[in-house]
Amino acid sequence: MLFYILRRILYAIPISIGVSVVCFSLVYIGPGDPLSAILPAEASQEIVDRMKREYGLDKPLPVQYLVWLGKLLTGDLGISIQTGRPVIAELGPALVNSVILAVGAALVGFGLGSLFGGIAGYNQGRPADRFFTAFAITGVSVPHYWLAIVLVIIFSVELGWLPSLGMTGSGGTEFTFSAENFRHMVLPVIALSVIPIGILARTVRGAVSELLAMEFVEALRSKGLSEAKILRHVTKNVAPQALAVVGLQLGSLLGGSILVETVFAWPGTGLLLNNAIFARDIPMLQGTILVLALIFVSLNLIVDVIQASLDPRIAR
Amino acid sequence: MATTMAAGPVPTVEPAEFVAERRGYWSMVFTRLRRDPVTIVCLLIILTIILAAIFAPWVAPHDPYKTSMLKRLKPPGTDDFLLGTDELGRDMLTRLIYGGRVSLFTAIAPVVMALLLGGSLGVIAGFVGGKVNMAIMRTMDVFYAFPSVLLAIAISGALGTGIVNAVIALTLVFMPPICRVAETVTTQVRNLDFVAAARATPAGTMRILLVHVLGNVLGPILIYASSLISVSIIIASGLSFLGLGVSPPEADWGLMLNTLRQSIYVAPLNAALPGVMIFITGMCFNLMSDGLRTAMDMKL
Repeated sequence: MLFYILRRILYAIPISIGVSVVCFSLVYIGPGDPLSAILPAEASQEIVDRMKREYGLDKPLPVQYLVWLGKLLTGDLGISIQTGRPVIAELGPALVNSVILAVGAALVGFGLGSLFGGIAGYNQGRPADRFFTAFAITGVSVPHYWLAIVLVIIFSVELGWLPSLGMTGSGGTEFTFSAENFRHMVLPVIALSVIPIGILARTVRGAVSELLAMEFVEALRSKGLSEAKILRHVTKNVAPQALAVVGLQLGSLLGGSILVETVFAWPGTGLLLNNAIFARDIPMLQGTILVLALIFVSLNLIVDVIQASLDPRIAR
Repeated sequence: MATTMAAGPVPTVEPAEFVAERRGYWSMVFTRLRRDPVTIVCLLIILTIILAAIFAPWVAPHDPYKTSMLKRLKPPGTDDFLLGTDELGRDMLTRLIYGGRVSLFTAIAPVVMALLLGGSLGVIAGFVGGKVNMAIMRTMDVFYAFPSVLLAIAISGALGTGIVNAVIALTLVFMPPICRVAETVTTQVRNLDFVAAARATPAGTMRILLVHVLGNVLGPILIYASSLISVSIIIASGLSFLGLGVSPPEADWGLMLNTLRQSIYVAPLNAALPGVMIFITGMCFNLMSDGLRTAMDMKL
């Protein structure tokens, strides 16, 4: 078991290095010079050269990468071109706001997805199964940013029940666990949770129906065990798989919330990325994507380890 | 699939099925598809949308770029505007038909490119094995380490706006999963007895790869790739929704959804329409791919 965890952690290191290389190269795949965003077009060659030296852009690429990586390890993600503040200072609070949405959506997705999938798997072939399976397919096919707009149209524009923009009524960007915060959270969380609900319902349905066909369930039934107790056995067996899917979804939600955050003007990493892209604020873009990807890698790692500890067969 | 085909009819098989088996694989798949109304309906809807997009100049009732300040944001069903007008008074139906061109292209092209590139890399990795496999698959793992929407936005954000850049970004998103599937099935097929038998004959490596391996791995890879189109249309339209795709006045469904978002208080129905197109198209591709998989899996 310990060996498995160690091996899994060792494996995450080259992946993280690869991720950092991809993020580093984002600067160079774009059009024009990395400096073009800061320097005016009419800047003389002399100034350009001096700036290049100052930013270390005159050195060969591998050296630039190592310098960048070295700064990264000390927590320095560079300076935002747009605001002139350190990227990490901008990223921190935004990340917290995004995590709040992602965790909310993952919880809703886990609860409803398991419930729907469980009901469908337990009633395989019956109308309940068909209904929830159709619901799951809809969940994974719906463009969530469109659903977000539809939710705003229904609950904000037509019914006027819930706010449509921001995190607080006064434009605040700090989450304070107030009733107002939660009211602003409802619609984004619903919009974000349809995908995990759909994916989880599919997974749980498959796992449950596979499990119910197994001989040991038959044996439990013939032993005279009540359905409720059998359900407990089923839950115990399906849980690791469901948990794994939710863990992976949490990472996807964090990285994929940019579209929904844009619709709701939620002050998270999505909004940050959106601004960075259109201001061509490359350090900001690079830093945000790197941190989100590393979180995704760590979540995968944690999920694998938890899954292996729940089901020792995985560790082999 | 190769294994089931080689297994032959089981002794207890129903007579009707036995006849079907003798008619050959593809005619059986076709017979099964015909009995699946959901897949047929989805196929028809997709065909309609694709044909309407291709023949847009003949099908669309109005000029997609003709603006009219007097006819802005008319609700669906006004005069001769079946689906109403947008924020500049252009016919919604016409814009949706024309928008399908870009939306479908940016959704399908990346999957095709990823199929060609990722598929070949995966088959090579699976067939050659060893260090080549390691090098290819570990590189793919790095791209796998990004959530797909984030990777698409990162690459197209760094490359800048435009259809070509969006297609490049999405191709890079879909290459790793296709490569992984291709590698898995190729490794499976490579180790089957009939490939070993082919090696014993004078057939060269190229012939074994093209005839015996490719012939057996292409089906599963194609089915998997088709299931990605529904994801692709959602992400591609999402990029466009963020403003990373086409530039106005040209439009696709994602950009239309974005610009009409300002009008949700005035014309909520019009604002929701472009999303309905993304939704329907994505859903149909999803269901069609499911139906194809079921029809082509002889084990079911």
